[in-house]
Amino acid sequence: MTTKLFGEPVRRREDARLIVGKGRYLDDIGAHALAAAFVRSPHAHARITGIDVEGALDVEGLVAIYTYEDLTGPMAEPLPVLIPHPQLHAPRTGYPLANGEVNHVGEPVVMVVATDRYLAEDAAERIVVGYEELPVIVGVDAAREARDAVHAEIPDNVAARHHQETGDVEAALAGSARTLSFTQYIERSACMPLEGKGVHARWDPADSSLRVYSSTQASTSVRAAIAAKLELSLEDVEVIAPDVGGGFGVKIMHPWPEELLVPMAAIRLGHEVKWAEDRREHFIGSAHERQQRQEITVGFDDDGRITALDVHAWHDNGAYTPYGIIIPIVTATQLVGPYAIPVYRVVVESVYTNTVIVTPYRGAGRPQGCYAMERTMDRIADVLGLDRAEVRRRNLIRADQFPYDHHLTFQDGRPVIYDSGDYPGLLSKLTDLVGWDAMEARRAEAASRGKLLGAGMAMYVEGTGPGPYEGGHVQVLGSGKVLVATGLTSQGQGHETSFAQIVASELGVPIEDVEVTTGDTRRFPYAVGTFASRAAVMSGNAIALAARGVREKALRIAAEVLEADPADLEIEDGVVGVRGTPGATIPLRTVAVLSNPLRYAFDEAAKQATQFARAGSDDKPPVAVGDAPGLEHRDYYSPIRSTFASGAHAAVVEIDPATWEIDVVSYAVVHDCGNVVNPMIVEGQVHGGVAQGVAGALYERMAYDADGQLQNASFMDFLMPYASEIPDVVIDHQQTPSPLNPLGIKGAGEAGVIPGTAAIASAIEDATGRRIAAMPISPTELYDVMRSVDHERTAASGRRADVTA
Amino acid sequence: MTSVDTERSITVTVNGVPRKATLPVRRLLSDALRHDLGLTGTHVGCEHGVCGACTVLVDGTPVRSCLVFAVQVDGASVTTVEGLARDDHQGGQVLHPVQEAFRECHALQCGFCTPGFLVTIAAGLEARDRSAEITEEEVDEIVGGNLCRCTGYANIKKAVRHAAAAMRPAEADHTGHFGGGDGAW
Repeated sequence: MTTKLFGEPVRRREDARLIVGKGRYLDDIGAHALAAAFVRSPHAHARITGIDVEGALDVEGLVAIYTYEDLTGPMAEPLPVLIPHPQLHAPRTGYPLANGEVNHVGEPVVMVVATDRYLAEDAAERIVVGYEELPVIVGVDAAREARDAVHAEIPDNVAARHHQETGDVEAALAGSARTLSFTQYIERSACMPLEGKGVHARWDPADSSLRVYSSTQASTSVRAAIAAKLELSLEDVEVIAPDVGGGFGVKIMHPWPEELLVPMAAIRLGHEVKWAEDRREHFIGSAHERQQRQEITVGFDDDGRITALDVHAWHDNGAYTPYGIIIPIVTATQLVGPYAIPVYRVVVESVYTNTVIVTPYRGAGRPQGCYAMERTMDRIADVLGLDRAEVRRRNLIRADQFPYDHHLTFQDGRPVIYDSGDYPGLLSKLTDLVGWDAMEARRAEAASRGKLLGAGMAMYVEGTGPGPYEGGHVQVLGSGKVLVATGLTSQGQGHETSFAQIVASELGVPIEDVEVTTGDTRRFPYAVGTFASRAAVMSGNAIALAARGVREKALRIAAEVLEADPADLEIEDGVVGVRGTPGATIPLRTVAVLSNPLRYAFDEAAKQATQFARAGSDDKPPVAVGDAPGLEHRDYYSPIRSTFASGAHAAVVEIDPATWEIDVVSYAVVHDCGNVVNPMIVEGQVHGGVAQGVAGALYERMAYDADGQLQNASFMDFLMPYASEIPDVVIDHQQTPSPLNPLGIKGAGEAGVIPGTAAIASAIEDATGRRIAAMPISPTELYDVMRSVDHERTAASGRRADVTA
Repeated sequence: MTSVDTERSITVTVNGVPRKATLPVRRLLSDALRHDLGLTGTHVGCEHGVCGACTVLVDGTPVRSCLVFAVQVDGASVTTVEGLARDDHQGGQVLHPVQEAFRECHALQCGFCTPGFLVTIAAGLEARDRSAEITEEEVDEIVGGNLCRCTGYANIKKAVRHAAAAMRPAEADHTGHFGGGDGAW
């Protein structure tokens, strides 16, 4: 059995339970818990004039009803602004239950607890809340017009004005041979994990301790928030993320009101309480992302090289700003992608609307930035009559320019310095993979079938693995079992497998002996969370360092027993041996036993470590100064800054001019995330990301009407793609290891989704010759574009018509 | 409705075992399986019959258990994901070929939609002519009604092809049934 598993497509260890129905998701826990249900605001903006619970009181099974009036201490204060920033000048957050005013449909107003969910909903629907409706703001344009205010004391609706610049952009534009200015839009979608959020809380009055299960991406921080809000000692609260049915960002936002209210009720009632979000609640009560208006001015020379870039964007942050301005920052800084931009200025105004909050959804501002930059490249190519790949090539950062400093500040407060990459390599692989140079022949062939065919491409650079840190703990037991723990959580990324691969490889043990636990504050209380494609980079490296610490200690102890130099020892298949000396071996499990000097022989193996069994020096303590009993090590990885992954996608679309149905017929991906722990898992991440990219380009949007009512808050109406909508994807890989971390890895989780909207918009534009400046686009919208006589046509379409004529 | 709902006693064979329960008439089959019988492998993703995560087999046919009241399946036979694998009579289980294929092909990530896919695909593959090589149209048809947010479906479709190949008589034993024995699968 090989123990060098790093880089191998090892089959996932978590699957064994998940394919037989033995997973343990939030709603699988607490069969006897009381159930919570919520009365949520039906209005987008209103003052609450009264809450009448009378009608609910005779519902059999009703246990408790809570309104804002029942909240005390920190619970009665606004929810935290999780990520404060100096440019977030007017932050606002809601309350766990609405305090006199509601600012979006779905905002929780009353919590009902009953003996089961059916009865809790019976009671909830009998509670009458009086509202006085207020003017409603929906969409970035209404927000910036500011005829009305979401929050009365913020009349311009602007929460933050995020601004970065790398030089005098006005002068650089004035000195540019050519300039272009244009405006474009991108719409809202949402993470939409198949499992909604959920919380289960159990209070033990005997020892005043609280155990909370939450379907979260940040169990350690949920724990800290619960302790703070409910005024408990941190030591008395434990939070566990069980199997989590997908996250994609919505579960990194915390504490959700329910994460505080359910534990509060469990404590007050002395009984376990559970809430499992239903799909409608998820649509109207959980976070969305992506709507921006982007005004772009670019300066460039006659060869298509960019000389200056000026971007002013408006970002819809919804009703509140609990997650700060992370998305605006990510858009602002990731927008530049793989290109050398001599002078860049960006302003992103984060504006309030009467819609549910906007917090990261896989990509977290990057798809919008990529859309801005890549559509700019397409416009330059169009006006100059150049190939779109060639314009990109001329602007790429060269492979010999690393580390490359963009002179921007990233979402982690650290400089945007690209650590490594080969962007020309990505582009040339991509054009080969999709057959870019043979596209005219495909276009002609499609035309012969009456179809419009077009191709588009988009490149991106993704800052991954931001700090501040993650930790890992590795412990070898006397049984030979190796326990591994890290604090960040898992939502399907296969951490149990890839982290086990890292430990098996570092320590030299069979992977079958390794058991990985994530997201359980009992096992590892220090962590940040799973977001920004950071789990493999952060916890992967922390766990590797912890395993190396265990290995060093194991070799030291084994060297004493084997009377050898630690440098001559190796560990293979869980056995320490002297290199080149067969027979001189000691099992790692025995080393683990010996690492813990014992008085009591509680089992057969333990006898070896007892005080009369072990030879030892009379003038040294059994546990040396500075040493500790046990074969275990805890370590942390804290990066100096993020590591930057990259990639390039191409999409080929075929459009039916009778129905204007848009069919993605080819989709090519070239992907570079440095060294890869498990290529099967990384490829799976790419597949899933691409599906969400295609979904965001062609199918999904949050259809709010002018009154702030979400018109498509169900899977019947929100077009989340089935298999029939997702194209086959071809993938090529490139590996430029990161010099920043011990394993040389970069994150992979979000990459697949980033360029989808940009590449598909470009392909539709190429196919139709009509400017595509608002995404997503449906067949109906494309039909409207095509039949409009004054819709802008591309220069390329004019040139193509000339050739045909 | 302010008092306890009308209740009914029903008998359902679940994964081969007769189960009796007294349930409110409005209890959904999904909730009855999960919360009354403790079979939490069946997941609820939308509660309006679109995502397919809650799919179970009722008398062999895939059914959205969130759109059926438990009392409606009185007397029927229900198979959930927990019932797909077969007892190997040695204290272990023999996985259904589609379960094996999901693991082999990395057809699941978070695993939440997986039970619905597994039972749907198992029913689809068992209903077809196993001796014929599966077509892409058949694959699309079998997986086309379930939502997955993690995988982008590529590996789910691969797993269907993989399982179909494993269930072909040439790949199975001389009885024509994968795994031989009692003729299941």
